[in-house]
Amino acid sequence: MSKSDLNIFLEFSAGAELLFGNIKRRQVTLNGDEKWTIRKLLKWMHANILTERPELFIQDDSVRPGILVLVNDTDWELLGELEYEIQPNDNILFISTLHGG
Amino acid sequence: MAADSEDVSKELANISEEIRSLRLKLADKTRQLEDLQAAQRADEADNVANERSANSIFTPRINDLTNDEIERYSRQLILPGFGVTAQTKLINSSFLIVGMGGLGCPAAQYLIAAGSGRLGLVDYDTVDRTNLHRQTLHTERTIGLPKVESAKRALEQLNPNCRIDLHKLMLDSRVALDIIKQYDVILDCTDNVVTRYLLNDACVLLNKPLVSGSALQFDGQLTVYHYGDTCPCYRCLFPVPPPPHAVTNCGDGGVMGAITGVIGSMQALEAIKVATGVGETFAGKLLIFDGMNGIFRNIKLRGRSRDCKVCSENPMITQLIDYEQFCSMHASDDDQPLQLIPSEERIDVFQYIDMRSQPHLLIDVRPQNEFEICRLPSSVNVPLKEILDNKFIERFANELADEKLPIVVLCRRGNDSQIAVQHMCNKFPSHAIRDLIGGLYAWHYKVDKDFPIY
Repeated sequence: MSKSDLNIFLEFSAGAELLFGNIKRRQVTLNGDEKWTIRKLLKWMHANILTERPELFIQDDSVRPGILVLVNDTDWELLGELEYEIQPNDNILFISTLHGG
Repeated sequence: MAADSEDVSKELANISEEIRSLRLKLADKTRQLEDLQAAQRADEADNVANERSANSIFTPRINDLTNDEIERYSRQLILPGFGVTAQTKLINSSFLIVGMGGLGCPAAQYLIAAGSGRLGLVDYDTVDRTNLHRQTLHTERTIGLPKVESAKRALEQLNPNCRIDLHKLMLDSRVALDIIKQYDVILDCTDNVVTRYLLNDACVLLNKPLVSGSALQFDGQLTVYHYGDTCPCYRCLFPVPPPPHAVTNCGDGGVMGAITGVIGSMQALEAIKVATGVGETFAGKLLIFDGMNGIFRNIKLRGRSRDCKVCSENPMITQLIDYEQFCSMHASDDDQPLQLIPSEERIDVFQYIDMRSQPHLLIDVRPQNEFEICRLPSSVNVPLKEILDNKFIERFANELADEKLPIVVLCRRGNDSQIAVQHMCNKFPSHAIRDLIGGLYAWHYKVDKDFPIY
């Protein structure tokens, strides 16, 4: 029994959604009694919602090269990358970079 | 009877050929007529102007714009925030467009129409029919021509004041710097990861701003690299290239033409802003366009990376490297044929034709979308996904019960079918499961040229 829930939104774009059941936006509820970093969220995603070819999403405990992570429309690099501590109602977007033209 | 039908088909072929050549002649004459009419109209307009000016007073000029330019760019010149100063800068600017495809066509079109002084076009490829739905400068008449040549023909019709230089080649480390240094602003309209890294490094080394666009399916992305002190370069964002199997090109994933139109047009706008100093560019920001759901998002990007291998204070890359090796990929969106499984597990189209009359199971592993475009008779559709998650086992329980029943697997080009055969052979090692080499492409090129390819 958790005392509080940590509700956040996960979004996937430009093809990343194909690895997550083709759902572009979803709300997930994490255990609010624990501290959640992106590092921990990635493990949770791998175990719970990553449905296809994990190597196209995760590599060496981080996202694979070519995927950008954006927290509330800001590059995660500005926020501490894997160590960023997730806040209630954060919107976390995973986007594959495109190369076609 | 046989002779009769032969005569008829000959006659048919003759008439078709005759109509085709008459159509070409008609198009030619129509164009000649239009050219003459246009020249006549221009002459008349000049005569009217001359008659008037014979009686008028000489009025001194207050800028370098010609009357043609003032008239042609009038809707830009009266724009608040643009005007004569920005227009003059634009006329004195040069732009290099790398890739004359879905992004390069609209980018070039708007840059030349707006009055850019000089455009350089880079592309090694020729026009083919699969380009026409999005590469809107190319036409039915220019199929088979080099893309740079085809684009030049269309662009000259839009604005004769602009100089166009052609570079019909694949941009690589040997030639990139020599070409790029001749231009002020560079537009990355390419279709592959290798050229994107090459362009980035070359632009950093020569200190040129890089306007980068990309598109796939219903999605588009846009940003400006290496423009201003804090702006990141491509390598700041992506120090490590993506794994080759994670990269999808337009030929495999598909792309909506209007998506490349949106992003290519925005690249022209960004390039104009960079060249003229007007407005705020996408430097340090990334535009993400989800055309399927109609969503534009503007993302704040990191600054220039202190550890960047090319744009930091102490760069490790001080000259261009081998980018195909760096990315483990080729610098084109052509598909490389795979050889994933041993030759004895593969048959060619002629071996398949020989065994066709025997009972067998022909499995087409393309996505359902593609199966609806064209298919071989008697083939059944089992998308690769359903092979890999083993759903096919239940569906074909009866067929699989018979170890003697040959199974042939095919796809569009013969790559996915090998992945499927590899998986199925692991599950059913005593069955004869074979990959059809070259897939439907081989069927088209070797067996039936009327079978459509895409």
